[in-house]
Amino acid sequence: MSEWIEVGTIDDIPKLGARVVKTAKGNIGVFRTAEDEIFALLDECPHKKGPLSQGIVHGKRVTCPLHNWNIELDGGEAVAPDEGCAISYAVKVEGGKVMLFTSPTA
Amino acid sequence: MKEKLVVIGNGMAGMRAVEELLEIAPDMYDIVVFGSEPYGNYNRILLSPVLAGEKTIDEIMLNSVEWYAENDITLHSSKTIVDIDRRACKVIADDGSEESYDRLLIATGSNPFIIPVPGHELPGVISFRDIKDVDDMLDASKAHKHAVVIGGGLLGLEAANGLMLQGMHVTVVHLMDTLMERQMDSASGAMLKTSLEERGLNFLMSTSTEAIVGEDHVKGVRFKGGLEIAADLVVMAVGIRPNMALAQKVGLHCERGLVVNDTMQTYDPRVYSVGECVQHRGETYGLVAPLFEQAKVCANHLAKMGIAKYEGSITSTKLKVTGIDLFSAGDFIGDESTEEIVMQDAAAGIYKKVVLKDNKIQGAVMYGDTVDGAWYFQLMRDGTDVSDFRKSLMLGQAHLGDSGHGGENAAATMADTMEVCGCNGINKGEIVQAITVKSLFTLDDVRSHTKASNSCGSCTGLVEQILANTLGGDYSAAPHLKPMCKCTEHTHDEVRKAIRVEHLTDIPSVMNLLNWKNADGCASCRPALNYYLLAAWPAEMKDDAQSRFINERAHANIQKDGTYSVIPRMWGGQTTPNELRAIADVVDKFELPEVKLTGGQRIDILGVKKDQLPAVWADLNAAGMVSGHAYGKALRTVKTCVGKTWCRFGTQDSTTLGMDLEKLTWGSWMPHKFKIAVSGCPRNCAEATIKDLGVVCVDSGYELHVGGNGGIKVRVTDLLCKVDTEAEVHEYTKAYIQLYREEAHYLERTAPWIERVGLSHVKKYVLDDPENRLALAARFEESQKYSQTDPWAERASEGVAQHEFVAMKEIG
Ligand code: SRM
Ligand SMILES: Cc1cc2nc3c(=O)[nH]c(=O)nc-3n(C[C@H](O)[C@H](O)[C@H](O)COP(=O)(O)OP(=O)(O)OC[C@H]3O[C@@H](n4cnc5c(N)ncnc54)[C@H](O)[C@@H]3O)c2cc1C
Ligand code: SF4
Ligand code: FES
Repeated sequence: MSEWIEVGTIDDIPKLGARVVKTAKGNIGVFRTAEDEIFALLDECPHKKGPLSQGIVHGKRVTCPLHNWNIELDGGEAVAPDEGCAISYAVKVEGGKVMLFTSPTA
Repeated sequence: MKEKLVVIGNGMAGMRAVEELLEIAPDMYDIVVFGSEPYGNYNRILLSPVLAGEKTIDEIMLNSVEWYAENDITLHSSKTIVDIDRRACKVIADDGSEESYDRLLIATGSNPFIIPVPGHELPGVISFRDIKDVDDMLDASKAHKHAVVIGGGLLGLEAANGLMLQGMHVTVVHLMDTLMERQMDSASGAMLKTSLEERGLNFLMSTSTEAIVGEDHVKGVRFKGGLEIAADLVVMAVGIRPNMALAQKVGLHCERGLVVNDTMQTYDPRVYSVGECVQHRGETYGLVAPLFEQAKVCANHLAKMGIAKYEGSITSTKLKVTGIDLFSAGDFIGDESTEEIVMQDAAAGIYKKVVLKDNKIQGAVMYGDTVDGAWYFQLMRDGTDVSDFRKSLMLGQAHLGDSGHGGENAAATMADTMEVCGCNGINKGEIVQAITVKSLFTLDDVRSHTKASNSCGSCTGLVEQILANTLGGDYSAAPHLKPMCKCTEHTHDEVRKAIRVEHLTDIPSVMNLLNWKNADGCASCRPALNYYLLAAWPAEMKDDAQSRFINERAHANIQKDGTYSVIPRMWGGQTTPNELRAIADVVDKFELPEVKLTGGQRIDILGVKKDQLPAVWADLNAAGMVSGHAYGKALRTVKTCVGKTWCRFGTQDSTTLGMDLEKLTWGSWMPHKFKIAVSGCPRNCAEATIKDLGVVCVDSGYELHVGGNGGIKVRVTDLLCKVDTEAEVHEYTKAYIQLYREEAHYLERTAPWIERVGLSHVKKYVLDDPENRLALAARFEESQKYSQTDPWAERASEGVAQHEFVAMKEIG
């Protein structure tokens, strides 16, 4: 069943960083940019499944810790010339609370 | 409304500037391009291989007509701009159409020079500049037999070679007695002439043309002195002149070319110019590498970033005749103030000459074996003092230090199936393919498209060679002052200086002051900046965890499956039953899958899940163990041998000395990892001579060896000095480490650092100047005050950075 679930507050996530939400279907990385935008991606790089939540966040991108692919936080697309797409999830912030939609964006 | 940028000239320099502009400011301008030629932008350099039948026109297109459409650029091909109304800010084309501009970029290239001898206007007399010329030559070669090429320079020889391969009988006429005299000295020029003659070209040297004969088509060429030879085709390749007629007509200041300043701006502030039409600081250029550097600077100013400066280029040359290897750069003739080193093996067809002034390379010319051309060129541009390796300079880069995997294969002779990048499994064919199909020009391009040289970097030299060979021409190696990364124009050294001089203590201030292009940088510059700040201001700077690579943020090594490895410190490689028991207990308690001995004399526990880390550390801490920093750009291991305590040959107590050195230096952050070893005698069982710092004990004291590396490219240490006491070993260690910490670029090990700055530089600061040595040592001690807290204990029991290790939430 898909639904919006509260996963914590925006301050739980470091700026330019990420936290992990554990789910039965695997980890979801919840990212925070310098401008306090929040994004969520399945924690698996399209390259070789590296944990994206462990990467360095810059702009609206994260650099995968395993082989340095850059992934767009918004939508999960790999930055060219690399090709691939991470699965993304809808998130929204309401009154400082981070809400995550539990099934992936199509 | 967007401003409008009009570009006159649809060639290599102009379009490169547009590409650079799209990269950094894609939405700033409406762009309109005019070009006389009826094509998109093509790679003019590769006209030679097209003529030789080695490539097709399709293969040399850089920007197809579709590319312009995709990027919302209006392209008017086959339209020549004949006038510019600078008051009204508009350009006028030969069909009468007009276009107004906010900024104008003139990139009209150059015109081939035609010697005005009688008959020069006859049909059948052509130059070698564009696709039309190549088409004409190919047509002529099908119908006719005899060709004369006037000019024995680079272009002339490439034209002659191509025509010969198309089946023509070709004579090259040259005014001088040396071919390519601007790129070759007489020895190498003679070797070149011999090999071209062996291939079937004919030469008339020291000969000047008097007239071209014929009625309504070329029939022959007559020379001073009366000799006349038959010709159905005459190619004039005697030089080029900057194409500045239009600029002159509209009153822009021109001398030998259209004059620009360091921002590529002409005397009219709205009008910029790049390419062969330009004169910058009195120089004009006729090779693409400098033009591309100009294009980059110009784009930066068109994008109104206003930070880049073009300061002129040093160029190098390579002839694109398949099977002939020659390379030249700089001043290779020399004068009274220079020295030259020559190596010649006539039978093998090899000639190399390097011209030195004050032990710095001024120029080089090489024939037959050009593998090291790129290296000499780099040393020359960097102004590297070569005294430390002058003896082996002529043997090439592979002989510098010691052998290893690093780029020792000659790219040209490699088969396509041979692996170039061992990390990413990329072979030569794939790289060549990417370069040609995707029109790549720089090492960075090749890295991002193929991944070759993107990991350990040991194949970088080889990839550069392949790039140079494939592009055929001279390509732009890393500009002599390499920016830190794509986020900035500034070099590592400039950034470090700004941090010190301006007393910057956090990353945002650095980025602000130095106009970083991306608000929060990238995964490459942020860790570097964090380190530079920490090295400069250990007490004030606040470490930025988010700018550290995950290993340093989590204080463990990330593995391919996302788990971590844990390596506790084992001082000097010694351990105790207690420590071993604690490790065994941890492995049992957390059911960890693997334990192994590392190559660094300690024990690795593998497969630890991230959320288990603090508990694992707590147990190791309880047995007295701390982090081994196996994950950090930091002091790693201090390996030792048993030394005189047990060994029948031991001269000193190497184990204790090693442990003491580790106690002194552990926790210290470095530009890259740093390894030490102490051996008890010259048998050197701790392999001290391939470490960043190696101590070899001898009966009378301690030898200090520096700059070794056992990794990608093995490099044996250089002997720094010999000292008498352990106290001195400590003092020199601190000073040497601190010099490295303060000077090396981020991710530069001591081996490449010392090769860059020279051993004499290190000696100057650490050895010859005791006061400076003590000052360095004192700064090291100061910085150690802030770094010798165990990061594991802070996280296991003091609650630091808990968010790293616990999930935000668990659902389902
Ligand atoms: C664990 C260990 C292998 C082992 O099982 O023995 C190891 C493991 C790794 N080495 Fe190493 N190196 C290990 C000893 C060495 C040694 C031997 C030594 O230290 O005496 C060398 C050659 C000596 C030298 O450095 O000069 C070595 C030369 C490298 C290099 C090449 C460095 C170079 O400058 O050429 C890399 C790549 C790099 O750093 O960019 C590297 C990188 C790595 C990385 C960090 C690769 C990575 O980025 O993930 C590996 C981490 C695996 C992990 O997660 O644990 N490792 N590595 C060794 C740890 C020693 C320790 O106790 O801390
Ligand atoms: C056969 C050959 C081999 C070469 N080999 C090498 C090599 O190995 N290595 C190397 O580095 N360099 C080489 N070069 C030189 C290199 O190609 C040039 O340096 C480079 O192309 C110059 O770029 P540019 O943009 O300044 O000029 P071009 O590339 O010539 O572009 C200028 C364009 O502007 C157009 N134009 C001129 N006036 C007008 C106008 N009024 N209105 C509209 N359009 C106009 C021209 O038609 C032309 O298309 C070679 C050149 C040739 C011809
Ligand atoms: S441990 Fe070192 S040598 Fe072994 S695979 Fe990893 S990086 Fe390569
Ligand atoms: S797994 Fe992410 S870059 Fe390889």
